[in-house]
Formats: sequence, structure tokens, C-alpha cells
Amino acid sequence: MHDENVGHATTTGLDNRKMLMWVFLASDCLFFGSLISTYMVMRSQSGVGPLPGDIFDILYTSVSAFVLLMSSLTMVLSLAALQRGDHKNTRIWLLATAFLGAVFLGGQYYEFTVFVAEGLTLSTNIFGTTFFVLTGFHGTHVAIGVMMLLSMYGASVLGKLPQSSSLNLELVGLYWHFVDIVWIVIFTIVYLIPS
Amino acid sequence: MASLSYILRRPTSEYGVWGWLTTVDHKKIGTLYMVTALFFFLIGGIEAIMMRAQLATPDSTVISADLFNQLFTMHALTMIFLAIMPLGVAFFNWLVPLQIGARDVAFPRLNALSYWIYLFGAIILNLGWFTATSPNAGWFAYANLTSIQYSPTNGMDYYVLGLLVLGTSSLIGAMNFVVTIINLRAPGMTLIRMPIFTWMAFITSILLVLAIPVITIGLIELGFDRFFNTLFFSSAAGDVLLWQHLFWVFGHPEVYILILPAMGMVSEIFPTFSRKPLFGFPVVVFSGIAIAFMGWSVWAHHMFATGMGPVPDSVFAATTMAIAIPTGVKVFNWLATIWGGNIRFTTAMMFALGFIALFTIGGLSGMTHAAAPSDLQQTDTYYIVAHIHYVLFGGSIMAIFAGIYYWFPKMYGRLLNERLGKLHFWLVFIGMNITFGPMHYVGLIGMPRRNYMYPTDMGWDFWNMVASGGSIIMAIGVLVFIHNFYRSARKGEISGDDPWDARTLEWSIASPPPHYNFAEIPTVTSGDAFWHQKYPDGDKGVPHPVPSGGEDHDEVHIEMPRPSFYPLITGIGIALLGLTLVTHPIVGVVGIITLLWGSYGWMLEPAE
Repeated sequence: MHDENVGHATTTGLDNRKMLMWVFLASDCLFFGSLISTYMVMRSQSGVGPLPGDIFDILYTSVSAFVLLMSSLTMVLSLAALQRGDHKNTRIWLLATAFLGAVFLGGQYYEFTVFVAEGLTLSTNIFGTTFFVLTGFHGTHVAIGVMMLLSMYGASVLGKLPQSSSLNLELVGLYWHFVDIVWIVIFTIVYLIPS
Repeated sequence: MASLSYILRRPTSEYGVWGWLTTVDHKKIGTLYMVTALFFFLIGGIEAIMMRAQLATPDSTVISADLFNQLFTMHALTMIFLAIMPLGVAFFNWLVPLQIGARDVAFPRLNALSYWIYLFGAIILNLGWFTATSPNAGWFAYANLTSIQYSPTNGMDYYVLGLLVLGTSSLIGAMNFVVTIINLRAPGMTLIRMPIFTWMAFITSILLVLAIPVITIGLIELGFDRFFNTLFFSSAAGDVLLWQHLFWVFGHPEVYILILPAMGMVSEIFPTFSRKPLFGFPVVVFSGIAIAFMGWSVWAHHMFATGMGPVPDSVFAATTMAIAIPTGVKVFNWLATIWGGNIRFTTAMMFALGFIALFTIGGLSGMTHAAAPSDLQQTDTYYIVAHIHYVLFGGSIMAIFAGIYYWFPKMYGRLLNERLGKLHFWLVFIGMNITFGPMHYVGLIGMPRRNYMYPTDMGWDFWNMVASGGSIIMAIGVLVFIHNFYRSARKGEISGDDPWDARTLEWSIASPPPHYNFAEIPTVTSGDAFWHQKYPDGDKGVPHPVPSGGEDHDEVHIEMPRPSFYPLITGIGIALLGLTLVTHPIVGVVGIITLLWGSYGWMLEPAE
């Protein structure tokens, strides 16, 4: 962490790492943009079922989307706690965020197994292909986020996340909120808008 | 915690093999990039010579059809992803911190990581040579030629995995340079005072940040199709044209990623050797920005032959013709810079002038296939091959040679030999025109590209023999250059700090620069900052000694980032992960462990 400002303060006054995270998120927008475009192009091209209308359980996925959205709230609470030096609440809300993320992942895993049981796999039809790859890559992003949250928790327990390095947690938060927002887009396009 | 800091201690040697393996110094990383990229430039050249040997005569059987497919695929991939792009990055690394008055890039260790991933990605892409199954579906790898059914060997697997790994490298490097250029400028260096090469590096980096994820998705989808039986590009259930869209949405910004750094280099060279400021500096900058924007709206001109229909054809023809405007503006700016200047015909200047001539020819032939009707006649003929070599060889490579002659003294403290340099220039300039010029003609009379053999009664024999002869002349030119590079790095004439009477900050410090670059961070009050420090009385005045330098400050202790093992370890982890799908799951497990070791060590290692 110490290497990143060589010699002098930054030109814009913004921290280099924060800017790097924003640039990365810009890049990730194109990453998901391309995946979502693929889904949109292919959405009505499946010749054989099952199709979205056959297997989506909107209520179930709404609940898991709600869980993921709530994790953004706990993320904010954790950062706010660290910024005022309240390490106990920082850790509580960090664990809560990681837990909600894990619940979302578990829910996605269960959803995938149900779909496979109903006959939708990666190679059943183009809906299966695009659906699993799109939501799977989002799930991978969430999983990496959970790992980052748990690393932050570990750092906090070891006393390596002082109030003065709240920026580290803020960066994880930026990533986490981004992953949430992407889910809102995916949920709307894939689940809510009928093809 | 003492044991923890011992385990995580940072390497101390900055010399020898470990010094190179653990370096985080942007200058050393720039040298690593340059040497590696020049090596792959030679490999790509050998591939080209082999193809020209096969094509020199009709009905030739020097090379089999299968090997020929691998050669043209790997030649393009090698030249684009392993030579020209990393040569640009080599210059970014060397010059951007020096030009903006910084001591290093914003993230030195990420910078090292991006080099190691590039090296490993290059190796993965070339693995096929060891089993004679290199990628063979062309560099743009149209679906569904790339499916398991039509490409059953491992070749396209190396293509997918190699390019994914290389993309990671480009993305990390580009993010680093975006932050560096926005955030590490010396006091007073506003955007409009920023040197033009750094401007082009900035625009190129933004293009990379936004274009790499698109090809990443294309490659992931292709990889899923090949490894996990998905249907993305299946002709029955998927959409074969989707690959072309994804590839060219990346691919067209990519050609500007290849040419903008070259434009930045010649835009530094013309003012220096004409002893005039760059004509219309802001216009050159805004033309670069305009090219970067418009570069996103032209991709489907690669797809006229797919039958998109009259409306898309017309729209993409119009946007493609429009993008020639900012490009043409730049050409006129360079000409106006030279006009009335006090011109010195150094080797660097000659290569830069060659760039203008050849790039303009390439740009004009580009205009002829912007028009959809004439493009239908030209698609997949040697006319396209001629075009891309005039813009990539005549454009990018000529400018990169110019840049090497121009900045070599800053990198090594020695001049490249000018006599050998001029021999190099004339051999390459003449050889390239003899090789690629006739391809316009044989293409227009119908010779298709990518065929390993052609019959004798088509009227193509003579010009193919000429083209093959030209490629030998070019190859001799490149050998002269390699000899010059190798000899001058050790025994060349000592250059001094500012051999060309140049204009930008990198020339204000010692050659080669001390590891901290600037003993004191300069304060910038104008564009062409160093020039105005040297000539406070105007261009006609007498040069004043400029006291920034760095030689006499050795006693000053300047805190620089220590070398680190972790970029290399993290890079190895990513490379092993990349190899998992073509080897064994155990490689993936080792890769994940190495990656975690690298990244946690990275986070936890002490600053000292």
C-alpha cells in the first residue's frame, strides 16, 4: 500500500487507488455490457425449451436480489463505522455484508441446480448458454467480493485496518456496490422483461 | 510479527538476474518490454519470410497448407499482440513518467505484473509450435471455423487462452497509465502543456481500458464453446456473426491502439528536427480524441461482405470516411510543422518522414474500402493485405523505428550509429514498398489472401516473385538494425543528456536517467517545458544551462519503491490458471494457490 505515491501528492488530489478502482469499474462496465448484449441478441433465438417463462421463479429471485441489495446497506454501515473509528461495528457489518453475499451465492447455486434438474444446461439451448454464462460471471464477481470482504475482516481482527486506512474498505465498497448495480440490470433484463 | 516481516521481506538486489526479475522501475520494465517485443518482432518476421518463400512461385510446395494456415495466423497475432502493442507499451513505460516529471508510474508493482503476464501470455500463444498445432483459423478467427468440429487441434485453445492472458496484461498496464497521467503530473503541467506523446499514450490507454473487456467476452464465449459445449457461435443454435461483432468492436479501436502511440512519437520527432513547435498542438490533441471516439462507430466496415443490408452498410461507410478527417488533419499538422523548419535529416527524422508517406498511402487505400461497393470487390484479397501492411508496417513500425533512434540515447546514454541507421532506413523503406506495393495490384486482379498455393495462369506470378524479393530486402534491413542496436548499446558514441536539442522534460535529466529520474520535481510553466527553460530569450536566443538534471544529486537520498517478488509470483499464478484447460486440473489448483500467495504477499509485504 505504501508504494503507490512516489514523491509527491497527486495532481488532482484524488487518491491513485481510488482512481484506479473507478477506471477498473469503467472497464468492467464494458465487460458486463458485452455479456448482456450477447444475451439480448440471443434472447428469442432458442429453438427448444426450456425457455425463461418455463422455469423462472420471479419471487424466489426477487428475494435473493433483495438480499444482495441489502448487502450494499450493510457495506455502507461498515465503512461509516470505520470512518468514525468504531472497529466493533465495522467488523459486525463487514461480516453481515459477507454473509448476505454468501446467501445470494447460495441462492444462485440452488437456482442453478433447480434449472439443471428441469433440463436447462449450458448446452441445451442458446438461452441456457447465455443465461448461465452471464449470471455465472456475475456470481464470480460476487464471490471475489466476498473474499475481499473476508480479507478486510481478517485485517481488522489483526489490527491492520485502522481508521486511517478506511480508503481500503471504501475501495472494496465501490466494487461491491458496482456488483450490486450490475445485478439490478441483469435482474431487470433477464428476469423481469419478458422476451 | 518479526517472522512475518522476514517471510515477506523485499528483495534487496537491484542488479543481476534477480534485479530484473523483481524490478519495479518503469525504465527497466520498459527495457524488458522492448527487448521481448523486438524478439517477437523477429519471430513474426521469420513467419512472414516463410510464407513469402512459399508464395514466390506458383504451385509451390515448400510449405504444407496446414503449416501455412498456422503461419499466417501466428504472424498476425505475433506482430499485433506481441510486437507492436508491447513496443508501444515499452515507450509508455520509458517516457510517460519522464515526460510528466514523475519518479515512476502510479503503481510500480502492477507495472511489473503487467510485463510478466505479457511474457507468459506470449509463451502460451506460441505453445502450439512445440506440437505443430498453432492457431490456424486466422487472427480474427471467424466463427464457426473455430469450433471443435472445424478446429479439432489445440491451436484455437492456445489462441483463446493466450489472448485472454495478454488482455489481462494490457488492461492492467493501461489502467496504470491512465491513473499515472491524470494524477502524477509535475506541478504546473496542465493537460494542454502535456507532451504530445504522453497525450497519445493517455488516449491509447483509455481505448485499451474500454476495448479489452469486449474481446475478453468474445474469447470467454469462444472458450466456453470449445471447452464446455456451449452454443454461442454454433451455426445451428447460436449466432456466428456475433463473434464478428464482438471481435471488431474491439478490433477497430485496436487499430487506433496500434497507430496512436506511433503518431505520438512522430509528433515529438518532427518539432525537434524542424526546430519548430508542433503546428496546431491543440488540434493534434483533439484529433486524437476524435479518432478515439469515432473509432467505436466504424467496426462493421469489416463486415460489409456479411450482407448486413443497405442501411448499416451506408452508415458504417459514412462513419469510416468521417474518421479519415481527424487523421488527415494530423498529417497536415505534421507537414505544417516541417514547413519552413530548420530540418535535420537524422535517421529518426527519415523514419518519421517515411511514416507520413507510407501511412498516407495506407490511409488512402483504407478510404477505398470504406465504400461498401468497392469493398465487396476487395474483401479477402491481397489488396487488404497491402492496406494493413502500409498502415501497420509503414505506419506503426516505421514510427517505432523513428522512436527507437530518437530515444535510444536517453535509454542507454549512447547514440545509435547514424550511417547504419540510414542504411537500415533505405533497406526497409524500399523493401517494404517492393513487398507490399504489388499486393495492391494482384489483389485487385483477384488474388485471394490466405491461400497457400496459386495456379500459374492467373497473371500473379511475376508480382509475387517481386514481393518475395522485397521481403528479403526488408529482412536485411532489420538485421542491420539488430546489429546496430546490439553494437551501439555497448560501444556507441556517448550521447550526452540532450543530443537532439529537444523540447520535452525527459531530455533535461541525465542519459540514462538515474533510478529516481528527477532529483527535484520540475515546475512546469509552459508546453515544450524543457525548450523554454533552455531558451528563455526565445528560439533565436542562446541556450542557458538548465539546472534540474540529476547527476550531482547522488548524495540526496530519494525514497523509491523497493523491488518485489510478488508481481512475478502473481504473474506465474495467472499463467498457470490460463494453462489449466489445456493441461490438467492440478495445474489450476497450483495456479490458484500461487495467485493467492502472490496477491496476499503483495498486500502484506512491507514498504522497506
